[in-house]
Amino acid sequence: MQAFIYERATNPAGAVATASHQNGAHYLAGGTTLFDLMKLDVMRPQTVIDINPLGGTAHGRIELGRSGLRLGALARMADAADHPQIREQYPVIAQSLQLAASQQIRNMASLGGNVLQRTRCPYFRDVAYAACNKRDPGSGCAAIEGFNRSQAVLGTSEKCIAAYAGDFAQALIALDAAVEIAGSEGTRTIPFTALHRKPGEAPDKETTLLPGELIVSFLVPAAAWTRRSVYLKVRDRESYEFALASAAVALDQQNGTVRNARIALGGVATAPWRATEAEELLSGKPINEPNAKLAAEAAFATAKGYGHNDFKIELGKRTLSRALQQAAALEI
Amino acid sequence: MPSSSLPNKGADRRSFLMATVSTAAAPLLPGAPGAAAATAPATENPHKPVDAIVKVNGRDHQLAFDVRTSLLDLLREHLGLTGTKKGCDHGQCGACTVLLDGRRELSCLTLAVTVQGRNVTTIEGLAPNGELHPMQQAFIDHDAFQCGYCTPGQIMSAVACVNEGHAGSDADIREYMSGNLCRCAAYPNIVEAVKQAKPAMKTASRD
Repeated sequence: MQAFIYERATNPAGAVATASHQNGAHYLAGGTTLFDLMKLDVMRPQTVIDINPLGGTAHGRIELGRSGLRLGALARMADAADHPQIREQYPVIAQSLQLAASQQIRNMASLGGNVLQRTRCPYFRDVAYAACNKRDPGSGCAAIEGFNRSQAVLGTSEKCIAAYAGDFAQALIALDAAVEIAGSEGTRTIPFTALHRKPGEAPDKETTLLPGELIVSFLVPAAAWTRRSVYLKVRDRESYEFALASAAVALDQQNGTVRNARIALGGVATAPWRATEAEELLSGKPINEPNAKLAAEAAFATAKGYGHNDFKIELGKRTLSRALQQAAALEI
Repeated sequence: MPSSSLPNKGADRRSFLMATVSTAAAPLLPGAPGAAAATAPATENPHKPVDAIVKVNGRDHQLAFDVRTSLLDLLREHLGLTGTKKGCDHGQCGACTVLLDGRRELSCLTLAVTVQGRNVTTIEGLAPNGELHPMQQAFIDHDAFQCGYCTPGQIMSAVACVNEGHAGSDADIREYMSGNLCRCAAYPNIVEAVKQAKPAMKTASRD
């Protein structure tokens, strides 16, 4: 592990100013991604800025109001997963967090860090593999021709097929959340869907965050679909495992007909994935098995398998179809 | 002295760096409220040891260590508290579970320098007077281990699981203990141990 300068943030603006002016500076919250990847020599920050002392500010608070839910980025996964009102009013948020990691990690990992977690692609995590465009731009992709069972089938490029590993991000997309970001020029708020980038030609650039920018909070509007929301996660073991396929679904449904469907997919895509075509297809229709299947087909119309992960296309469709039917059947 | 339990290497670096203090020493923390600087550099030269006061099992320890040190290595290598085990060292097995301010966390994924001002509880801190914690007794009663390597992490996790209110059913216990792997597969016995300890912990906390 490379040695680093350790700094402790005393106020948000100061942390942003420091990070913006130092190359190779990284924020440290729970550390469950950063410290792990530092040990593996995959991430090599020159300066680590510990933002945990900001937990007592708005950065660490969870607030519920009439207009919606505000999740401070330094709140821990467990705080939101176990929050009774979130469980009741924003079930997809609580479920996506509850089904992720272990209680120890949920106690540590911040919500801001969670959405920025790096891929679990084994070729990215192991520096013994020379080729990884995400880790070392221009070096190639060992996964495309390699053992790619866990990799993505949606949003891939010739440069990278690594799957986005998180769950919470899909819940934020399903609930049309926004993300508040602090930078050296002040604070900006963007739709959560604009935070992540597909790999394209530059897999190392995973988000649209500018150097030094810090996620402050997630804003989840109280909408007609928030209560009728579900996170379904399919994986190799029942707990403490990343998704092979997952679906976050939120439905605004009246008299058995969908007014608005919001759908995000996990485990199958290179970035948190909104399935817009499936959403549009369901508008004005009832959710039954045939319609759910049609939507699932639409969601995976552009999917591309790479050999070992071909099964994810069918698994992803079935996961989405089941999630839609579960959400539609919820008694609210 | 924790150092006395370490192998004697003469005047080694470890005992030189370790000076145990018994006083509460919070004012020494850098970056305390009121500091005007934007961020408080705790280290300016990444190759110089950091000085920090770490509170473990109710006792403050003044230590100097490499900034890269995990809390797990600090406990084991600097403080001689080898009850906390190193399994995967990457947050995948739970063997290193300790309590931080009463919450279970992974000491392998925690930078030691970040725990200043927090209370660390290890397996050694569960039975300070030599009397077994109800969870420790329950693990013995139910034979909830074979090789025992994961056991300190299992027990710390199980104590927290009960305190969190996540031990309501067998399914709950299994779900909320899933971060602790047991290669001997003592899982059914661990579930039984947690169920036994739960009411005993309530009784103990009432006493």
